[in-house]
Order: sequence, then structure tokens, then C-alpha cells
Amino acid sequence: MSQSIGKSIYRKEALEKVTGKAKYTDDYPAAGTLHVKLAVSPYAHARIIAIDTSKAGEVPGVRAILLGQPFPLTGEEIKDRPPLAFERVRYHGEPVAAVVADTPHQAKRAAELIAVTYEPLPVINSPREALQPDAVLIHENLETYEKIEHVYPEAKTNIADRTKIRKGNMEQGWTESDVTLEASFSLSPSDHIAMETRCVTAEIRPDGFVVFSSSTQSPYMIMELMSRYFQLEKGKIIVNTPFVGGGYGGKVAVQLELIAYLATLAVGGRPVKLLNTREEDMITSPVHIGLDADIKLGATQEGKLKVAQITYLFDTGAYSDKGVTISRAAAITCTGPYQLENIWCDSLCVYTNHPYATAYRGFSHAELLFVFERAMDMLAKKLNIDPLELRRINAFLPGATTPTQIRLNESTVGNLPQCIDRLKQLMNWKEGQVTQVNGRKIRVKGVSCIWKTSTIDTEASSGVVLTFNVDGSVNILSGIVEIGTGTKTILAQLLAEKLKMDIKKIHVKMEVDTQTTPKHWKTVASRGTLMAGRALLKAADDAVVQLKDTASRVLMCSPDDLEVANDMIYVRDEPDTFIHVKDVCHGYKYPSGHSIGGQVIGRGNYILRHLTHIDHETGAGRPGPEYTVGAQGVEVEFDTKEFTYKVLKAFAVIDIGKVLNKKAAEGQVMGAMSMGLNFGSSETFVVSDDGIILNPRLRTYVPFRYGDHPEYLVHFLETPHIDGPFGARGVGEHGLIGMPAALANSLSIASGVELTMLPLTPESIWKETGGG
Amino acid sequence: MHNHTSAEITLNINNEDRTVYVRNADTLLYALREKLGLTGAKPGCLNGDCGACTIIVDGDPMKSCLMLAVEAQGKSIITVEGLQNTAIQTEFIDKFAFQCGYCTPGFIMNCHALMTKYPDADDSVIKDWLESNICRCTGYQEIEAAIKAALAAAKGEPG
Repeated sequence: MSQSIGKSIYRKEALEKVTGKAKYTDDYPAAGTLHVKLAVSPYAHARIIAIDTSKAGEVPGVRAILLGQPFPLTGEEIKDRPPLAFERVRYHGEPVAAVVADTPHQAKRAAELIAVTYEPLPVINSPREALQPDAVLIHENLETYEKIEHVYPEAKTNIADRTKIRKGNMEQGWTESDVTLEASFSLSPSDHIAMETRCVTAEIRPDGFVVFSSSTQSPYMIMELMSRYFQLEKGKIIVNTPFVGGGYGGKVAVQLELIAYLATLAVGGRPVKLLNTREEDMITSPVHIGLDADIKLGATQEGKLKVAQITYLFDTGAYSDKGVTISRAAAITCTGPYQLENIWCDSLCVYTNHPYATAYRGFSHAELLFVFERAMDMLAKKLNIDPLELRRINAFLPGATTPTQIRLNESTVGNLPQCIDRLKQLMNWKEGQVTQVNGRKIRVKGVSCIWKTSTIDTEASSGVVLTFNVDGSVNILSGIVEIGTGTKTILAQLLAEKLKMDIKKIHVKMEVDTQTTPKHWKTVASRGTLMAGRALLKAADDAVVQLKDTASRVLMCSPDDLEVANDMIYVRDEPDTFIHVKDVCHGYKYPSGHSIGGQVIGRGNYILRHLTHIDHETGAGRPGPEYTVGAQGVEVEFDTKEFTYKVLKAFAVIDIGKVLNKKAAEGQVMGAMSMGLNFGSSETFVVSDDGIILNPRLRTYVPFRYGDHPEYLVHFLETPHIDGPFGARGVGEHGLIGMPAALANSLSIASGVELTMLPLTPESIWKETGGG
Repeated sequence: MHNHTSAEITLNINNEDRTVYVRNADTLLYALREKLGLTGAKPGCLNGDCGACTIIVDGDPMKSCLMLAVEAQGKSIITVEGLQNTAIQTEFIDKFAFQCGYCTPGFIMNCHALMTKYPDADDSVIKDWLESNICRCTGYQEIEAAIKAALAAAKGEPG
């Protein structure tokens, strides 16, 4: 019988979180810490002519003022970004100077007094503009930047990278097609809006250790990048990460840490703290990527997809940091979850004068699925086929090959047709997509299918250490950051199942300290459960071997005859012959005083298997471990006169492999759906012609609030991923990625116009219907 | 001790008098967090938009970033640290009404004040009150379940 798997176990940190005791980075006492405040660019693109810090320097308490330097340049794949702007600013909000002072208000006062003289430059406001032949170059010396091996910036253009998918024979695809469909789509950058703004502290100890505390999803990446950028010894960098108040991809980026390091360096290693204001968190720190796209599909009269030609132009903003990886990920799954033999896709990472991009929950998938799934609905209409039927006809099945030419099987891809069938039932699809409510209002259903793999580093690994306490309880140490996903509670559940023990006796260390916590690559990509889960199971096996070894000598039998369960190690055949775990887990002491064993310390690690880089000319390769699939829908009530609407219900059917914690899984999916609906319906930066972000605050940016939520209906299928712990697949992002497309599909039917832009505000719908 | 820009003041917090030295410009949120170590109230926007810093002042929910510390003298202040085993805390856990937990203290304080003032709150009253806070992790459906269950529990009805 299952001890723990599938049960809605409360979060291990639940009591801390409802009592205000859970500590986040800014909650640690700051006595003796200096405070850093940034001066940021009021222009989206300008030359820096002069910086006058004299007045700022006179503010009492100011200990240092930092300005941009030519080096180091930073960036994960292309080193194109100075931590503080040097000679030129490339986006509104870019850090230009940093003040270090005794108190936050002194630092703020001084930052306001830094006088910068700018000479404005022409501004590029979209990827399409950036590709015009006469477009200003945002990085004139792109070809001179240092870069990693698998990235291909194009000199004297605004293209930071181009990923190509070339599969099959396009000519044949077009010949076999009876019908073609062409469309273009666009969405602007927006933001993650984690409720905790980014925060970092840094100090350099007398022994040379550089110690950070950071609200990050990637503490181990901070070590890696700090060493790469500043030639620091990796072993002498320590990153502490307590609870993180939401990430959604936004806290993957390593940005403030660089400035904090330079700041502590400037004051002799004294501790410094840099806490973003909300406005800085929205535009100075990296954002959710934008996209322009063109798509052309070919299909037979019966609805069989034959060919897809796709151009994705990702708006990486002023710097390429994660934008390169995001645009690459979009190419890898460019077609959505459909079988297609003939594919041409160019996915470009394009510089603009927008705030620079980083990961956002779904990592390009909400964006590419908006494009592809809108096109699928338009094609269904053209072919006069039911939109879900068209998706079912083309559903990706085990045995088919992906755009990167990998053949998937029943373990590596879930069951999409079953997801579609279940969605039809949940949505009462047979009642039809449109219902008249009254003279003005209609209820309309829209759908989208989803798939996602995780294009993470081929060498990404995760480690877990289990230490036993003298009372037989166990501590779990894992480098997973508790950003809200509950993965550390899932680890406790996996261990309770594996050791058949009470989960109350399993303690999880929530904080990460890179010096003492085994590495988990990054807490991203819905891969915590797979990677840390596998590492944990291996660590449990290791602990069991040690427990049995000591117990076998006490019980005078072979360890092969022993089982561990219910706090005991017992002879399988004769359970009455046993010894308690607590009596061996710190060694066993014979009556004579002789002792054997010692503390049981289980260790395990996991590295993703057989991942490869993709080929630059064709895209062929194995970039991710497994493809989770699902089908999603919405039902909206639409006012045909005012173009206002309310989402009444939102649906998700996801093949999750195995439900490990029902309520936690539903919570992940509902929360992601909420974020997807918010992004689809109202979230965007409002950008002026000269590249100024006009709404960098919560009052004008409009996040969902209580009462905006529809009724959520979430259903799971369980097609096991054999590599996953107990068959589980990742599910942190999947609820989000189909929502914008499903919403756009419903509103396209409702408004009678093929909508091509996000977000879908009443005003934008009105404009697309020819209003204005 | 008193001068033009700063003062020693006494605040009644969670039924204890606490003496603290603040600048006149210090917000109550700043004083709670930086001077008194009460970090349950969170900075999220510092201009009243997000509700993460919500506390209870004389029975009303108040965004502590919108109030100066000196204005809070003579008032009864309850922070999340002052709540133990309340119905709303229990239901937040039971209904999975939080994930990252950062907005949670603010939501709980707002809900707690709502329950005290309007034990019979209906859907529209709940919406009026709770739309002043932002949660980015949940879909709000769980928070809705938690406040409704807590209201029911307070009235002795089965949740």
C-alpha cells in the first residue's frame, strides 16, 4: 500500500509560511550591512556623454559610487552586457551607476543626485524593425564578443542567434497539401511579477571567500558565472538561498549579483545589500520575452498536416543573456504536439531596445503555442473540420519523430489523443462552441493542445544527501530552491514511500547553501521532481545498503534477507526478528561496548542521459528528456458590443505520468493557468515610440486579483515516464502554456476576427476588428 | 529624544509596547522590519498596490507601507507574528492556499480582519476586501476556499 504517493500531503514549510516566520533574502538582519541603490537610464537608447557624481558623493553616509567599465562583459552565451552601462544605454531602466551607503534612504538620495548627460539614439521597438536593412545596430561590435561554442551571432545585424530546423522535404510537403494557411502574430514583452522583488547580499570575507545570499532559482549558476566573469575561484564562492518568493523563470538570471559583488569590492568586502524596488524589478531586471512570428501550414483536404514553415523572431531586448536559449527552445518544439514530416523553422534571437529577456514559465512554449495553435484553429476553420478533431488527426503519437528528428516512445511522450478526448468530455464539447446568452452576450469555447520538453544543459545534474538522526528520523539535503513549487515536500513523499516510513520523521532542509548542499543545476524547467527525485531514490538505496549492512551483523544474517520498513530492519521471512532503525543508524553498540557502523549518510545523484547539442544546419539532436503533453480550454462570456469578456471556466488535461501529491499538482496547474490567462488577457509592457516603458508598476500593469479567477477544472492522465520517479512527469509550467492560445481561439470565434496579438484586451480586440 | 527628523516612539504591537527610534519619514513597514525584526510583513511594491505588507491597525487591515511609523503611535497594531492557530491560518494550510508564501502573511491579515468585522461576509464583500492583495502563485481558487472555510468554521459550521 502506498505510504505517501498521490496523497495531498501538506507542505513541509506550511506552518512557517502562515505564521510569517519563513525567511526570504531581505528578511535576514542587516546590521552592519551597507545598502546599494541603482541609478537607471531614462532612455531606451542613448550615448552616455558625461556622468557627474559630485553632488551624490556629498550625501552623508555614501561609501562608494560605481560607474560602468568596459570589462567584464557578461552574458550566459554571448558576453554582450556590462553589469553597469558603459558609454551607451540600450534599454529604459538599464543600470548606469550604483551607490553604496550606510542606509537605504541615503543610497537612494545619492542615486537621485547622479547627473548623467545623454545623447539619444534611434530606438528599435520590435524584432521586425530590428531586421530592417537600415536598422541601427544595437551592438555594433557583435562579432567581437566572447561567446560559447553553440551560438551564432550574425555580424553587422541585430541577430544574436539563429536556430534552424530542417526536417523532410518542404517541396514535397507543399505538393501534397490541398490547402495552405498563412498568418502572422505578435506579442510584446511583459514581466514575471514575483511578489518578492529580487534581492541579493554580498560580502568578501578576509579569507577571500565571496559569500552571497540571493533570491535566485540558480544558486549554483551564480557560482559558475561569477567565476567565469570575474575569474574567481569556484570553491571560494558561497551562495545561500533561503525561501524565494516566486520565480516563474525570472530569478534564473544572474544580474544583481554582479553589481553587488562590484559594490562589496568597492568597500573593502563589507557586506552590501541590493533590493529591487518593484519598478526596478519590472524593467531593470530581465523580463518575459516578446515575439513576432510568421507561419505557413499545408494540409490535405482531410486535415492531415503535411508541412510547416515557421519564423520566430524573439525579442531578447538589449542583451542576449537567456534569450538565445529561449529562441532555441522554441525551434526544438516549434510545431506544437503534432506529427509533421516536413518542417522549416528559423527561430531568431533579435536585439531590440527593450528590457532584456530571461526565462519565463514555459520557456518559449506559451509564445510558440499561441502562434501554432492559433494557426491550427484558422486551418480548422478553412477545412471546415472541428478544431479538436483536427488536433486529434495530427496528434503526436509514440513512434513519430520530433522536429529535431528524435523518435519518441510511450515513455518519452504522453498520450495526447486521450487528453483531447477527456477535454471534450470536461468541456461538454458536443454542445457546440458557441451559445447565445442574450441579445448581446455569447458563451464561447476555445482550445489548445500543448507539449513541452526541457532544453536544459546536457550535463545538468542533481544530488541528494540523506543524513540520519539518532532518533531514526532523516534529513534531506537537496539543492532544489523552494520557490513555491513544493518540490521539497515531494522529495519527502518519495522518501517516505521508499523507506516505508512516516513522513513526519522526514525533515527537509529548505535553505540552500552551495558549500554544504549537494548541487541541483537550477530550479527550472519542471525538472526538479525528475532530477532531484531520481537522486533521492538513489540516496535512499545507498542508505538502505548501510542500514542493512549494520543490521545484518546484529541479526546474524545476510543483508539480502533484510527489509527496511516502519522504522525497523527485519528479516523478510520472520518479521519478528528485527532491529529498530534508530539503533543502527548511528552505529550499533554491543553490550560489551564494541561498536560497528556509524552515522548512515545516503548519497545519490542523477544526470540527464544521452542529451546532445542540436545540429546547427538541421537542428537534429536530442535536446531534452521527455515530452509532457496536454489539452486545454476556456469558456468565456463575451459582450459582442463592448468586446469585454469574462473567463468563466478554464480547463486543463495533462498527462502527468504519475500524480505524486494531488492537491499540490492541481495547485501548480491552476496557478500556471492563472498566469497564462493573465498574460493572455492583460499583461504587457506599454511601450512608447521612443522605447519608454509606461507602466512599470502594479497599479498600471494589471496583475489578476482575487475575483478575476474563473472556475478551474484540472484533470490528470497517468502514462508513466519510465525514467521519472514512480513514473512522474514534470508539471510546473504546463498549465500555463496553452492558456493564451485557448483564450485567443475562443475570442477569435467570439469576435469573428482572427486575432493575432497578445494581450487580448477589449481595446486590442476592438482594434483588430477594424475599430479605431 | 526628539528632533526635526527623527524621534523615539512607542508602538503597541501584538499587545506589547515596543519603543523604537525612527525617522519621521520611516514607514511603519520599515520600522517593523528593520527596527523590530518583525519581517512577516513583506515589501512588494511600497506604494499600496500589492498588499504583501498588510497588518491590522485598530481592527482594520492597513498596508504598512502607506503609513508612517510615527502615525501608528497610540494605536493597536497586530502583525502576522501575533496570530497563532487562527482559523484562517489553519484553512490556508488545509486548502493549499499558498505556494511561495510571500503574499501569505498579507492575505492572512486581511482575511483575519475581514472575519472579525464581517463574520457573515458574502461573496461580494469577500471580493471587495481580498482584491487589495496580489497572489502570483495560486489561481485564487484555493484562497477563496480557505476564506470561505474559515468563515464557516468560525460560525461552527462544517468547512
